[in-house]
Amino acid sequence: MSRRRISLRQELPLLVWLVIVWGALWQDFSPGNLLFGALLSVAVARLFYLPPVELSGRFNILYAVPFALTFLAKVVMASMQLLYLAVSRGPRVKNAVVAVTLRSHQDLLVTATGHVISLIPGSLVVEVDRSTSTLYLHALNISSPQDVENLKNEVLSIEAGLIRIMGTREELEILRTEATA
Amino acid sequence: MSPDSTGLDAWVDVLSAVFMIVGATMSLGAAIGLLRFPDLLSRMHAATKPQVLGLFLLLASIGLQMRTWWVWPVLLVAWIFQLLTVPVSAHMVGRAGYRTKHLHRELLTSDELEAVVQKAAAKAAREDGSGDG
Repeated sequence: MSRRRISLRQELPLLVWLVIVWGALWQDFSPGNLLFGALLSVAVARLFYLPPVELSGRFNILYAVPFALTFLAKVVMASMQLLYLAVSRGPRVKNAVVAVTLRSHQDLLVTATGHVISLIPGSLVVEVDRSTSTLYLHALNISSPQDVENLKNEVLSIEAGLIRIMGTREELEILRTEATA
Repeated sequence: MSPDSTGLDAWVDVLSAVFMIVGATMSLGAAIGLLRFPDLLSRMHAATKPQVLGLFLLLASIGLQMRTWWVWPVLLVAWIFQLLTVPVSAHMVGRAGYRTKHLHRELLTSDELEAVVQKAAAKAAREDGSGDG
């Protein structure tokens, strides 16, 4: 089976990541070691060929840094909330399964959104419908329809943040029309 | 710790001590959650979230105590792999749990997936029936 080859530019983030992992594992960032790591990463990427991840070609660091910081803060909050729920509520906790339809249809963005919402307060991806890019979340401590709405808005705002960081221009356009509407 | 430790060293020690205690508390919280939550899906919440933070804090205190910069990339890589793998495993277990009905339906206040699953099951059953007949 022949696969569509991807350009070096598209493969570059993967190669850089592999070199960083190599250097980190050896705990040695000397030029010689990095060069050998680069050779190995090219060989690995050629031998174990994965389906190419479609990057949108843009990455906005100005949005990425605040997003990472709020993500970290939310992870802290999630853990505190869970600790509190486990101790105070325990077996009497109320849950819900909620469907959220995302704007994006890119695999990478849907995956990233799923990862982020799995790590922040009270939600877990149970099922993904790839054709409509709908995430089915299991959420902890949901007792009213208002809570469901809040969760949906939260998920959509996280997706919006990710689109601003690495979404395509079309998705950005959708965000803009939503904001003006 | 050398006797001529400066004020900065003391602060680093205090900070890493705090990180270690909070990190260990997070892991304890995960254990309490696993014991006390009623069904598989809520237990998966307990198994995934607090220990991500707990691991982060413990790795940060290791990094502070080692006092060499080359240990930070390893710790960061370890944490990133944790971030990447934990939601995937939670998703796989949660998905399997939902499909095999390992959940307490009376604890759900709303379930927007059930209707979809039943529709798909009905469709599959119809297709099976027409295929047989």
